[in-house]
Amino acid sequence: MRRIYLDNNATTPVLPEVLEAMRPYFGEHFGNASSIHHHGQETRAAVERARDSVASLLGCRPAEVVFTSGGTEGDNLAIAGLTGAGDHVITSSVEHHAVLHACKHIDETGCDVTYVPVDGRGLVDPDDVRRALRSNTKLISIMMANNETGVLQPVEDIGKIAVEADVNFHTDAVQAAGKVPIDVKQIGCDVLSISGHKMHAPQGVGALFVRRGTRLQPLFYGGRHERSRRAGTENVPGIVGLGKAAELAMQGFENDDDKKMSTLRDRLQQGILAQVEEAAVNGDGAARVPNTVNTYFDHIEGEAMVISLDLKGLAVSTGAACSAGAIEPSHVLLAMGLRADRARASVRFSLGKQNTAEDIDLALALVPETVARLRELSPSYGKTVVNS
Amino acid sequence: MTNQKTIAVAMSGGVDSSTVAAMLRAEGHNVIGLTMQLWNQRRMAGREGMPEQVTGRCCSLDDVYDARRVAEHIGIPYYVVNHEERFERDVVRPFVAEYLSGRTPIPCSLCNNHLKFDQLHVVAQQIGADCVATGHYARVEYDDASARWLLKRPADRSKDQTYFLFGLTQEQLGRTLFPLGGMTKPEVRELARKQGLALAEKPDSQEICFVPGGDYKRFIDAYLAESGEALPDTAGELVTANGEVIGEHTGIHNFTVGQRKGLGVATGSPLYVIQINGADKQVVVGSDEHLYSRTLQAGRVNLISVDDLREPMRVSVKIRHRHEPASAMLEKVGDDEVLVTFDQPQRAITPGQAAVFYDEGVVVGGGWIA
Repeated sequence: MRRIYLDNNATTPVLPEVLEAMRPYFGEHFGNASSIHHHGQETRAAVERARDSVASLLGCRPAEVVFTSGGTEGDNLAIAGLTGAGDHVITSSVEHHAVLHACKHIDETGCDVTYVPVDGRGLVDPDDVRRALRSNTKLISIMMANNETGVLQPVEDIGKIAVEADVNFHTDAVQAAGKVPIDVKQIGCDVLSISGHKMHAPQGVGALFVRRGTRLQPLFYGGRHERSRRAGTENVPGIVGLGKAAELAMQGFENDDDKKMSTLRDRLQQGILAQVEEAAVNGDGAARVPNTVNTYFDHIEGEAMVISLDLKGLAVSTGAACSAGAIEPSHVLLAMGLRADRARASVRFSLGKQNTAEDIDLALALVPETVARLRELSPSYGKTVVNS
Repeated sequence: MTNQKTIAVAMSGGVDSSTVAAMLRAEGHNVIGLTMQLWNQRRMAGREGMPEQVTGRCCSLDDVYDARRVAEHIGIPYYVVNHEERFERDVVRPFVAEYLSGRTPIPCSLCNNHLKFDQLHVVAQQIGADCVATGHYARVEYDDASARWLLKRPADRSKDQTYFLFGLTQEQLGRTLFPLGGMTKPEVRELARKQGLALAEKPDSQEICFVPGGDYKRFIDAYLAESGEALPDTAGELVTANGEVIGEHTGIHNFTVGQRKGLGVATGSPLYVIQINGADKQVVVGSDEHLYSRTLQAGRVNLISVDDLREPMRVSVKIRHRHEPASAMLEKVGDDEVLVTFDQPQRAITPGQAAVFYDEGVVVGGGWIA
């Protein structure tokens, strides 16, 4: 069976160039980057080259890049590291669980958290953020791109509000990095988290931009790695992979890869909407990252759709992956005001650099027939369940 | 193979359903493993005296992990499907309501009727499976003479689960496979070992899956507290069969027919709960002989081997899971109501439990004891 992978917001395959760049650091160049000797110097140089690349991708100074284990660590470090008891934090109702649950934790341990809503397109209104400000507001954490819908938040407007109010601004850019250009100065954020495996680097590595002068309490205590902001021996192969992926992402923007990807995504989206009735795009009308389309198909269960498509070789998802592999209605879609049955009938397609036009055409051959079959079995589609 | 089918296997992470998946796979079928996520075992942990550590068998992450490992070992696709809402609505809420009205419910039958043989069949159809196989010890056969699907007792009578399956409709039975119906539990474990399943020695689950530790009273307290509902005051009088008040009790949901301990009264001879009077919140107690009764009425009857009861029928009737079927006459007294008259009086006939009717090894049907 030919397998097509359209779940790149869950994770992406490591690109061959990235794997090649990493390979020597599993064997030949094995030193601890903190060591004084030759072996340590070799890996230290590799880590710093990667830091340069990530800094270029984000538009910041290399010294402002802290390597982490991934997006969740970056989000937690930003939120826990910038707040203390008595502080007020503003976030949104559509954040990834890495932010929402970190906020829930600080809420339970002495902070106060305001969750600003989103409109039907999934957008935060910057004025809501402004109105939520209090004298003790310490941090605003609003994501750059949503993992489920791909919707891009007005982070630059929120950044201006944060600057005016002299409040730290964190943005979870895990789903934006590599897909749209990022410039931390333009966004006006103080902290920004990215994850390697969402941009064709391996799982288990990420980075956090921390603006110079931003005082951040570490999550871990140990050695003075990463300028005492993140203790622990560096994941050198992972960091090298992230650096390479950052370079490839920048080359991609020069080659208009993002525009090519949005052309492919639009072909998928238009193909689905042309062939399937009673379907629509979640987040329609908002700017989105070029790789994501989230669609509801009335009268079906997204869960059954994902399983049926997987059995035919097409990997997609209903939303955020959960550790138990169980599927729950999306808090993002519900926050957008989508009816619960439509939230459950929603499927996310997300493209990666490896996907081709042929992949999209094969997906377009599978999706309409699967929806049609599921609707045949759906009582709400005006037919009874047929006996097999 | 010529007879290859696409079969969804309901995998619980236990030995039985894992062995079913391995058997069907070895027979060359196209097998898809499904686990129903029905209850969040962590939901009540630490609440109202519920255990902090969750060791519940069904639906715990450990069981999902075990099922996933088996699926990976035998090389089949595997999915977890979430039916927590339906489970709460159709199994947990009725379970709590039954206890609060003085009856003793059987959640496993409700789960079979509303989830395992309903929702799971829907999912199976949606994903293109021809039928659903489970690890229940029971047999299903098509009878040409009556043109009906029959539910039969399994080869291993000590593991017989037909008592919990009496609610299955003809349509459900027609799409169900019970591959373990002809096997004994030791044979199943042996087969699991031969298939290299790491969980071949895993102990059987006994308790109600969503009530860790089996303490249903604490569960009811915790569940109502979590839902923000006050535990209804079901305290009342303890009376004798003659209506004489001999004490007070703390709530009818703390009692079940046949119970001897925890009555809070001391008399010369042993006293048992012989009846729970939900409307008056009375718990009626009496001696052992008061527990015996020759008749019962059952409602919401489902018939399997026959389409109707036109005349009284000789059957054997099981009134609880661990009960040797007893000879009785079965007759229809209403649309879906029957009267069972036993040859010999039976001890502790308990409202809320099921009465399941057998004709030799064949399940005639069953209903809920009124």
